[in-house]
Amino acid sequence: MIMARASNKTNPARELVFGDLWEYDAAPETAAPKLKKRYDLFINGQFVAPKKGKYFTTINPGTEVKIADIALGGAADVDAACKAAQKAFTTVWGPMPGKERGKYLYRIARLLQDHAREFAVAETMDGGKPIKESRDFDLPMAAAHFFYHAGWADKLPYLAAGRQVAPYGVVGQVIPWNFPLLMLAWKIAPALAAGNCVVLKPAETTSLTALKFGEICQEAGLPPGVVNIVSGAGETGAAVINHPLTSKVAFTGSTEVGKLIMRSLAGTEKKMTLELGGKAANIVFEDAPLDQAVEGIINGIFFNQGHVCCAGSRLLVQESVAGEVLARLKRRLATLRVGDPLDKNTDIGAINSKEQLGKITELVKAGVAEGAEMHQSACQLPAKGFYFRPTLFAKVSMSHRIAREEIFGPVLSMLTFRTLEEAVEKANNTPYGLSAGVWTDKGSKILKMSTLLKAGVVWANTYNKFDPASPFGGYKESGFGREGGKQGLMDYCKVG
Amino acid sequence: MSARLTITKTPKCYVGGAFIRSESGRVFELKDHKGEFFANVPLCSRKDLRNAVEAAAKAGPGWAKRTAFNRGQILYRVAEMIESRVEDMAGALMLGGVTKAAAMKEVVAAVERIVHYAGWTDKYEAMLGSVNPVASAHFNFTVTEPMGIIGVLAPDERPLLALVSLILPAITSGNCVVALASETQPYPAILLGEMLAVSDLPGGVVNLLTGKRAEMVPTFATHEHLRAISGAVNAEQRKALRLGAAESVKRVRLWKAEEAVDWESDAMEGLEEIRALVECKTTWHPVGG
Repeated sequence: MIMARASNKTNPARELVFGDLWEYDAAPETAAPKLKKRYDLFINGQFVAPKKGKYFTTINPGTEVKIADIALGGAADVDAACKAAQKAFTTVWGPMPGKERGKYLYRIARLLQDHAREFAVAETMDGGKPIKESRDFDLPMAAAHFFYHAGWADKLPYLAAGRQVAPYGVVGQVIPWNFPLLMLAWKIAPALAAGNCVVLKPAETTSLTALKFGEICQEAGLPPGVVNIVSGAGETGAAVINHPLTSKVAFTGSTEVGKLIMRSLAGTEKKMTLELGGKAANIVFEDAPLDQAVEGIINGIFFNQGHVCCAGSRLLVQESVAGEVLARLKRRLATLRVGDPLDKNTDIGAINSKEQLGKITELVKAGVAEGAEMHQSACQLPAKGFYFRPTLFAKVSMSHRIAREEIFGPVLSMLTFRTLEEAVEKANNTPYGLSAGVWTDKGSKILKMSTLLKAGVVWANTYNKFDPASPFGGYKESGFGREGGKQGLMDYCKVG
Repeated sequence: MSARLTITKTPKCYVGGAFIRSESGRVFELKDHKGEFFANVPLCSRKDLRNAVEAAAKAGPGWAKRTAFNRGQILYRVAEMIESRVEDMAGALMLGGVTKAAAMKEVVAAVERIVHYAGWTDKYEAMLGSVNPVASAHFNFTVTEPMGIIGVLAPDERPLLALVSLILPAITSGNCVVALASETQPYPAILLGEMLAVSDLPGGVVNLLTGKRAEMVPTFATHEHLRAISGAVNAEQRKALRLGAAESVKRVRLWKAEEAVDWESDAMEGLEEIRALVECKTTWHPVGG
């Protein structure tokens, strides 16, 4: 009833909805991604064939067309990579003065900028994200991470007052498929700045830009073995995590796999940082600037097809404005352009894999079955490739699966609240604690909410903002350790 | 005239600000180093541990909300309470067979450690937090928060100093603690409870249990309301604690009980110990338009 009254009262201005009447002209990004037909492992500064000679196919999720063959690294390859990293650490990278290490990182940052468009196209082809995001977010942010950490390399003594800091040696890193190159930058830049050498395993469906990064390392003249990239599947990642030479491991991915890693390392003294899943609450108070909030909600959940661990997937709206917000969201949903990731007008690209599309479909079915009210954009989807309509569920309750489980797709669940206390209670009622959003016109309310929310990152009147200087990471089952800022760098240092 | 019959003390555990026996009714015999009976000490059960976690959960929000200055005052008061009973505490340590001089040294080191952390309460945030210069119109800052309830497992060695060294960094930042005392020398923890009770530390902030480590480790490992484990235990127990921790992505910070740990060293105290038991929260606050 309140919802109905609210929407009657506001009486939105009439708008012109053209639907499919006039189609946009195609606006494909045409820069060459400069891809090879086959990618080998990057070990000790060279591209080498996997010892068992096995390769797997990587496809474009937007078209389902094969892009290249990717080396399937095995335990022997991981062993070779770890040994190369250890040798580089003891002979070159460890003894090198911080100033010199920093200059390599600056070079890498510059080279990423030089090759930005080529990398952006490769990233979009391999992962399905819209070119405007890989071009305007992933690539600039990856380069920024190397720039930021380059400057730290000769300033480590300022990190921990009164204590000595030292690198761990060889760090094993396993990264996800949602921001392939950016997650690589988040992992490699601080590790190298602190003086570690790395063995990194990219996600199975998105190895291309990581292996292309090997070419950047060569171009930068980075000493062999400092960075090693071993592509492969879950077993390859497990070999990296469990290798006796990796004295610290860093993982970004699902909470389920994070727990597996914790168990597999239980009998060791390895240091760990884990950045895991989330089910973030995006909280809209009645005094929020609603136009801005609606854009923030859309960005919070549909950025990168919702393949974001900190996605604002639980929208909590104060009851008095819930009808208004729902009406505006439905209108905004209809204007999102879903389709060819390489098209510069595309807002929502392809779902990363058939498997992920299956998971999203299954959870959305559960949402309907449990009685939530579904609203979907009526847009046309391309005939080939993995796509999912941006979806909004209203009338969701806390017990629904779509309010509890990480969907990792373009699916928003909307709940309501009456008081600040109820919002906090609902927001914190989850095993996760990665991020949260707060929308209000009142600064003191922002600070109060930030204090009460059990989350590692709180965005106020914005969402999905990142910066190399800003620590990112979770509470509770969203993992531990931080990435970015001095706090993130500390996690790559032994403090003596 | 016959000699006066002395009043023997029944050692009790300090939980939720009260002195309790084990809910199980069980005790174990504590003997001095010569093998003579000293007292029956509570053999706490896993249920006692769960009760202690509940007590800590009640005390937690209030303790975390105290001002940093107030927490510092209270920790300093704890040091005062031990200092005033140094001889008693030394006697408790001598039950384990150490000399008077060694016992006094340990008590003094424990008092010094508490004073050290009393001074940290209103300073660590300035060292661990930060204002982050992001490339957008946001005031971006990182502050720390206590994790909640910390499970502490003290080693057999250094039954007072090690216990205090594990508890203090946790409560300095506003965490609460449920601690299991040294299994072979639990009596110093019993006395510590009596001293905490007359300090200004709110009941439930520190809860001290006595009993068998092997029996308690599985519950410490898997209790989901313990958000971190800090302790010095053997290899098998470290593995068990880490396996259990995986169930709820619990934070774990462990020393090797089988190797000599120099608890007196300055390296065993300070900012790093505090950092291990706090969470970092980063807020993006808009800076006007």
